[in-house]
Amino acid sequence: MQPLDDVVKEFLVESLENLDRLDRSLVDLEQDPHDRENLASIFRTIHTIKGTCGFLGFGKLESVSHVGESLLSRMRDGELVLDASITTGLLAMVDAIRRILAAIETTGSEPGESYGELIATLNRLNAPGPQAAAPPAAAGVLAEAKVDPGPESSPDAAATRRTAVHVADAPARTSEDTVMETEIPDVRGADERSGAGDRRPAIADTSLRVDVGLLDKLMNLVGELVLARNQILQFTTTQSDSAFVGATQRLNLVASELQEGVMKTRMQPIDNVWSKFPRVVRDLAVACGKQVRIEMVGKETELDKTIIEAIKDPLTHVVRNSADHGIEAPEVRIARGKHPEGVVKLRAFHEGGQINIEISDDGAGIDPERVRRKAVERSMVSAEQAGRMSDHEALRLIFLPGFSTAEKVTNVSGRGVGMDVVKTNIEKIGGTVDIQSAAGQGTTLKIRIPLTLAIIPAVMVSTGGEVFAIPQVSLLELVRLEGDQARAGIERIGAATFHRLRGNLLPLVHLHSELNLVSQGDPGVVNIVVLKADDRQFGLVVDAVNDTEEIVVKPLGRQLKSVQVFAGATIMGDGHVALILDATRLAQQAHVLSADRDRKLNDRQGRPLAHETTDVQTWMLFQVNGAERMAMPLHLVARLEEFATGDLERSGGQEVVQYRGEILPLVSLTRFFGGTAGADSDPRQVIVFSDRGRSVGLVVDRILDIVTETITPTRSQARPGILGAAVIQQRVTDLLDVAAIVRHAVPESVPKSVAA
Amino acid sequence: MSTLTATPASPLDGATKPTGTARQFCTFVLDDLYFGVEVLKVQEVIRYQDMTRVPLAPGVVQGLINLRGQIVTAIDLRRRLELSERSGDARPMNVVVRTSDGVVSLLVDEIGDVVEVDDASFERPPDTISGAARALVTGVYKLKDRLLLALDVEQTTALEAESGVDRRN
Repeated sequence: MQPLDDVVKEFLVESLENLDRLDRSLVDLEQDPHDRENLASIFRTIHTIKGTCGFLGFGKLESVSHVGESLLSRMRDGELVLDASITTGLLAMVDAIRRILAAIETTGSEPGESYGELIATLNRLNAPGPQAAAPPAAAGVLAEAKVDPGPESSPDAAATRRTAVHVADAPARTSEDTVMETEIPDVRGADERSGAGDRRPAIADTSLRVDVGLLDKLMNLVGELVLARNQILQFTTTQSDSAFVGATQRLNLVASELQEGVMKTRMQPIDNVWSKFPRVVRDLAVACGKQVRIEMVGKETELDKTIIEAIKDPLTHVVRNSADHGIEAPEVRIARGKHPEGVVKLRAFHEGGQINIEISDDGAGIDPERVRRKAVERSMVSAEQAGRMSDHEALRLIFLPGFSTAEKVTNVSGRGVGMDVVKTNIEKIGGTVDIQSAAGQGTTLKIRIPLTLAIIPAVMVSTGGEVFAIPQVSLLELVRLEGDQARAGIERIGAATFHRLRGNLLPLVHLHSELNLVSQGDPGVVNIVVLKADDRQFGLVVDAVNDTEEIVVKPLGRQLKSVQVFAGATIMGDGHVALILDATRLAQQAHVLSADRDRKLNDRQGRPLAHETTDVQTWMLFQVNGAERMAMPLHLVARLEEFATGDLERSGGQEVVQYRGEILPLVSLTRFFGGTAGADSDPRQVIVFSDRGRSVGLVVDRILDIVTETITPTRSQARPGILGAAVIQQRVTDLLDVAAIVRHAVPESVPKSVAA
Repeated sequence: MSTLTATPASPLDGATKPTGTARQFCTFVLDDLYFGVEVLKVQEVIRYQDMTRVPLAPGVVQGLINLRGQIVTAIDLRRRLELSERSGDARPMNVVVRTSDGVVSLLVDEIGDVVEVDDASFERPPDTISGAARALVTGVYKLKDRLLLALDVEQTTALEAESGVDRRN
């Protein structure tokens, strides 16, 4: 293959860009076939391609675009009205042009295919017209043919037509002239001049194409400059020379503005990805016999180029899923009392330094029960686990790899094809995905991604004499406990520690013990960095919280691949290297994230799921009815409380207590499992359990321990209220079926809350 | 290892007289052993740098250094070769080498000269070399007065097979 000459390259880039717009314009045109401006712009695009490729000697491209142009020209003259078959024909032409361009790009010449059939189809569509038989004609001929007006219905219509002819005519001629007369194949020049015939200002005059690689390099250099700036700023604090300090401040300002400016050059509107969706949805809708409308809000929302690239495929996938599986067939929709036309809605907006993208449809929605059932059938989760999951957690199962292969689930639930890939791709760029669905009402997928990957704000903490960076995305708040608070603020249950943050139990992870470091912090002070990892919160105990810094994330070498708690490293203002902590991995290592997260992690590393019968999970152990050991998953525990017997009241035959402005029903586990009433200790030891806004207190004899263990449950011991048994800490322990206990012991009539 | 013809250079100390294909090696000393890395694989040699420890990392990873804005993993060659630990106050030098997976720094006791060796003086590692060194050395060049152990950079910097330190204390 010979290297493409610059003119051809320019032609390719420009034509491909125009084609993307064309897809969209054609679909729009189908909605409103009388939009003359749109039609004129489509005509212009095709005409430019035809004119230029004729000059460059791409005969096939020319003949394909020529028949398209003839068709368009007759439509523009009002001799033909666009219908679905013409749209399909024109879209097929766009695809053919795209294929030819791709072939030119890779091989330097046109493909072997002749496209005779396509040309014949287009000619047939154009059949009654005089131009069908015309040989590839110069634009001038076409332009003259166009001036010949059809029968005029009213003076108004004539005026419109004349304008339209004028608009389209001018570019046709100028571009032809440019090519003919100057003999310089200046594609851009031709395009600019053709743009002049339009009323819109020519963007080409004020913009220029830049290689993304160059921008990447600039971005890196600016990153380095920002680091050097930080170093100088730190150095300034020890200097008293006012001229030097002044110069540093200017440097500071200029560097910040430069950073912002360079970042902006890489920003692109999300519409660059979205613009192809109307076509995707239209094609799918036609193929499935559905009526689907696509709505977009926030098209102008800007994202970094690399992020745009990264979300292109996942978004396309989700939109296809919405149209293909989410939206029901028109007759089903009518039967359900919905408008026959389904809506897929895309929304993008900035919030809290992140981009939010929502893809929602008003289709059938996903039934969490069916997802649970399928997941159990495929041995992805055990029946017990599935039962314990909230509907939301169950929905999230569709992100598990392997769920996708289930043909049936796809038909049944609507989603599932490759959703794990969507999630992995989004997570790769530091984003998160969540799904919400209401059966019969539709599904919403929410994606949150960072604005840019290059420079991120981080809080710097130190532990054991080392400094670590924590990206602010995962930071919720900072808590500092001193004196008495420091002593009383940390509570121990077995080996695990907790802090009561506004009444909720926040599991604590001690950074120094996770990293095998020796804490050098002041023992009288506890610094807790509250982080979120997936949906959970946990507190990271560090020696000191330093300050915030803008950091440039750099990857770690493969020698450190085995250390997963670090997301990378960065160079601080003083030139030292600091490691960046990965909150999610840290939580997983410390087992504050529950088992199904671990499970997902394992899958990603390619371990077969079906063989995993055991569970690493953190369990709360407690004693009931004198001697029985029982366990429940720690993540179900909201709080631990003690209530004096005197505070207990009765309501509807149920022991209750006034608690935080609500009436908290108490369930004595001892009595539930056949023990003597009133045998509970004083004060009552209560595990507060919350589910779907309802709290229940489980009264136990005493709390024993919290353990993280791999357990193998057996179901042989199952009985009402008990899921099974397992060996925990070398002793047989019953696993409490919390859901069953709550169902059985708390009748629906118990009021959830009362005004305080 | 590919056969690379060394560029003609003035004869250096300790180099054998080139008779066949010659190569240049950057040499260094570790615990009285004389090692060499092919000069084309060496990016630069720099003095001791402050390092950032990496908790939980494999023991042979000494830390991370800031090499003009690039973050480079430093591997303690004494530990990698299972030699005795360096005495407390001795400051190692960095031999920065290019590998298929980026730049890595090898920490060595002392830097030697660049020597030119002849392929004819090459031999497979003798049985007397034991332990980890045997797997990481491609062979031995018999120089006039001593033996030069040719280090396999790719093997030396590949740690995936090695397990990191125990995650839980």
